[in-house]
Amino acid sequence: MAHKPSGLVQGTLDMLILKTLQLEAMHGYGIAMRIEQISKGVFQVNPGSLFPAFRRLERAGWLKSEWRDTQNNRRAKYYALTALGRKQLTGETREWAIQTAAIARILEAES
Amino acid sequence: MSFLRNLAGGLWGLFRKEQVEREMDEELGGYLDTAVNEKMRRGMSREEAMRAARIEMGGAESVKEQVRAVSWESLVETLWQDLEFGLRLLRFNPAFAAAAILSLALGIGANTAIFQLLDAVRLRTLPVKNPEQMVKINIDHRNGASGNFTTRYPELTYGQWEKIRAQQQAFSSVFAWGPNLFNIAPGGEVHNVQGLWVSGEFFETLGVEPALGRLLTAADDRPNCNSTGAVISHSFWKHQYAGENSVIGRTLTISRHPFEIIGVTAPDFYGVEVGRYFDIAVPLCAEPIIVGEDSQLRQATGWWLTAMGRLKPGWTLDRAAAQLRAISPGIFEATLPPTFNPEQARHYLGYKLGAVPGDSGSSELRRNFENPLWFLLALAGLVLLIASANLANLMLARASAREKEMGMRMAVGASRGRLIRQLLAESFLLAGIGAGLGGLLARSLSQILVASLSTQNDPLFVDLGTDWRVLGFTAAHAGLACILFGLAPAWRATSVTPGVVLKESGRGTTGGRSGFGFRRILVVSQIALSLMLLVGALLFARSLNNLAMVDAGFRQDGILVTDIDFSALGLSNERRLAFSSELLSRVRAIPGVDSAATAEIVPLTGNGENHDVLMGTSGAPKGQAPVASFNRVSPGFFQTLQTPMLAGRDFDEHDFKGSPNVAIVNEEFARKFANGRNPVGMTFRIGRLRTITPPYEIIGLVKNSKYFTLREDPQPIVYTSQAQYDHPDSDAQILIRSNAPPANLLSGVKSAANQAHHGLDITFFPFHKMVQDALLRDRLMAALSGFFGVLAVVLAFTLRVAAVVVALPQLFVNTARY
Repeated sequence: MAHKPSGLVQGTLDMLILKTLQLEAMHGYGIAMRIEQISKGVFQVNPGSLFPAFRRLERAGWLKSEWRDTQNNRRAKYYALTALGRKQLTGETREWAIQTAAIARILEAES
Repeated sequence: MSFLRNLAGGLWGLFRKEQVEREMDEELGGYLDTAVNEKMRRGMSREEAMRAARIEMGGAESVKEQVRAVSWESLVETLWQDLEFGLRLLRFNPAFAAAAILSLALGIGANTAIFQLLDAVRLRTLPVKNPEQMVKINIDHRNGASGNFTTRYPELTYGQWEKIRAQQQAFSSVFAWGPNLFNIAPGGEVHNVQGLWVSGEFFETLGVEPALGRLLTAADDRPNCNSTGAVISHSFWKHQYAGENSVIGRTLTISRHPFEIIGVTAPDFYGVEVGRYFDIAVPLCAEPIIVGEDSQLRQATGWWLTAMGRLKPGWTLDRAAAQLRAISPGIFEATLPPTFNPEQARHYLGYKLGAVPGDSGSSELRRNFENPLWFLLALAGLVLLIASANLANLMLARASAREKEMGMRMAVGASRGRLIRQLLAESFLLAGIGAGLGGLLARSLSQILVASLSTQNDPLFVDLGTDWRVLGFTAAHAGLACILFGLAPAWRATSVTPGVVLKESGRGTTGGRSGFGFRRILVVSQIALSLMLLVGALLFARSLNNLAMVDAGFRQDGILVTDIDFSALGLSNERRLAFSSELLSRVRAIPGVDSAATAEIVPLTGNGENHDVLMGTSGAPKGQAPVASFNRVSPGFFQTLQTPMLAGRDFDEHDFKGSPNVAIVNEEFARKFANGRNPVGMTFRIGRLRTITPPYEIIGLVKNSKYFTLREDPQPIVYTSQAQYDHPDSDAQILIRSNAPPANLLSGVKSAANQAHHGLDITFFPFHKMVQDALLRDRLMAALSGFFGVLAVVLAFTLRVAAVVVALPQLFVNTARY
């Protein structure tokens, strides 16, 4: 069974979306696929979480969106990072590194 | 920043809702197509791919709902949806909606109307600068004072006021004032307007600005002034002078004495008496000019003023009161009336000045009506409670009709909170519309209330604004009613177990035992409350009826009272009596007049005088002598009032000045002073202050009659002959019993007075109406409590009918099933 994103640490999905969009603008399905591929199938993001997250991030001003044509000549909504979103990603990445390192130390400690 | 962006995004979402929805559809559709294509590329068949993609997606609608849930505007939207849905339900059920809204509007309207009046007379402060600094100066526990009390607020004498002004330290400035009626007619029928005597500091202390010209100052209020200016109120300026600017410098007359108009006060200033307005204000020093020989200004026993002051910075009410107490002994010693007997003097010297908050001014209206109004507010609250209970019952009936619907909706996943919210939205709509209508209703109701408290002689003015307190009160009542009638049914309607309801499709919780119990409690409490209201109303009606039926000792109807003032003639004491007799005989000659008499005091007007009575012909009084009420009348007084003569004779033309003093007494006098024996032939003397009169012989005994009010127990009354009095008044107060049409009688009296002398001041008032007006408060209470009682019953009935209408479809369904 795929891991449900709800099993993710709160706010992690937002960070994953921001990270995925770091290089280029993508549409919803592309983002879901990319997260699944890079995580080697550990995270399967379903639309019920993905689209609310887009709305949330857009409202926060971290994402912007525009309608573009896809390779197969369809219209799709492409999301891209804003300057604010990049700053947020940098901050969250650093915070994440600190937290995971700390958690790893706790878990590795001899009890 | 991010808040603003969120707000902007939300507003965009709200106003471009369709576009946002369309984009969301397209986006999700695209997602699905891409997913299908991707799966087909990996080798699935089209059908398989579509199925898998749909499962992954898990229902486009639910995704959309989740996206919507992210944003705040969705909350607004669902609220709006709930309201819309509620409105549809109400439209679907107009009988119920109309009954509910009407009953709420009546309930809330009645409450708001009474509260609005209370707000105006009790809660609001005077329309002056910093009203919280104002303090009233009075005499603590001043009972049993002796003297003449001539205004509505006879707290102080002029002498006391002068001393207070000179010796007080607590106030940056103080002023004194007294209300009075000013006759502004140049002659003939009297035209009274509301007048104020004010000390020179009045307007400055209150911080009132002129709308035009200038206001009175201390320089205008010089002792022994022989001409002064007058200030008129904004409303008087508007209706009497059409708001013309040229009014300044024009002259008006008060009791025929000219006063120059020097200014107009600001529009919102009505005086310092809540419940009244003033038309004309003149300085205290003008009082002797207007009143003439009856002037109270230099009389040590003339009580007619009220004093107020503005606290100095840093002074508190308590400190001011202490300072006033400290200067009291000196003030009362210096102003002790020389005419007082030792007993009265001892009492007078014990007075202490005090201070009470003056931010809401003086108000006879408040004194008389504050408690009745609070009581009426409680009654109105009960009515609203009954209406809410009724409505709750009705909602419960509807809830049981909608039980299946609720069960179904909960079964498909609606949360209970969401359902309650929706049911409450309906109640909220009802309460909101009801409160809105009620608020509108209250405006007219409170005006009717004030109008019904006003009488011709006593016009009231209440500034019935709608301020934040009134709005808050209405909103609070609407909210409370909404919770009362909405929450319990909503709670109950949603306390269903979906499975049970769907399976049984019968009568669920609300029809079940517990629900029935709750509804029974509601019904019982409604009946109890309605009964309480009705019984209360009946009690008020009965006490009013008792008062109206009470034997006053005379017949009130068919009597016209007229006062013909001839002070302008400047007659000497000797000639006054002759002139008064001439007026009386001219009035008696008017066609249709059965009888007429003059009297010093007209019963039940609230006027009166008490003196000590010393039985026998000699001896000094020991301690406090017993008192009786007094009246001076002409022959024919008892015949005119139709008070039965029990023994002896009436006054006649032989009882004149110089002949032996005679008196007529009533039964109560005989009981109290003659041990119940026939007092005719007995003698007594009258003690007035320090003087004791020569003996009076009792020549007649009459039945008891009311003196001050209809409510009083019988009191001893002594009638003496006007013809034997040393200081006849310069007016004749004539009681006329006649069956002639009022218009004829009025013109008859006017021409009779004109024949005696042209241009005398004449006032009329029908005796019966005056007595009625004295029962105003009783009538108001009886009428309003009756109104509320009937309202409660009508509401219960209307809603019950509506309840049947609501329940009918369900009954029909239930019957059809069997």
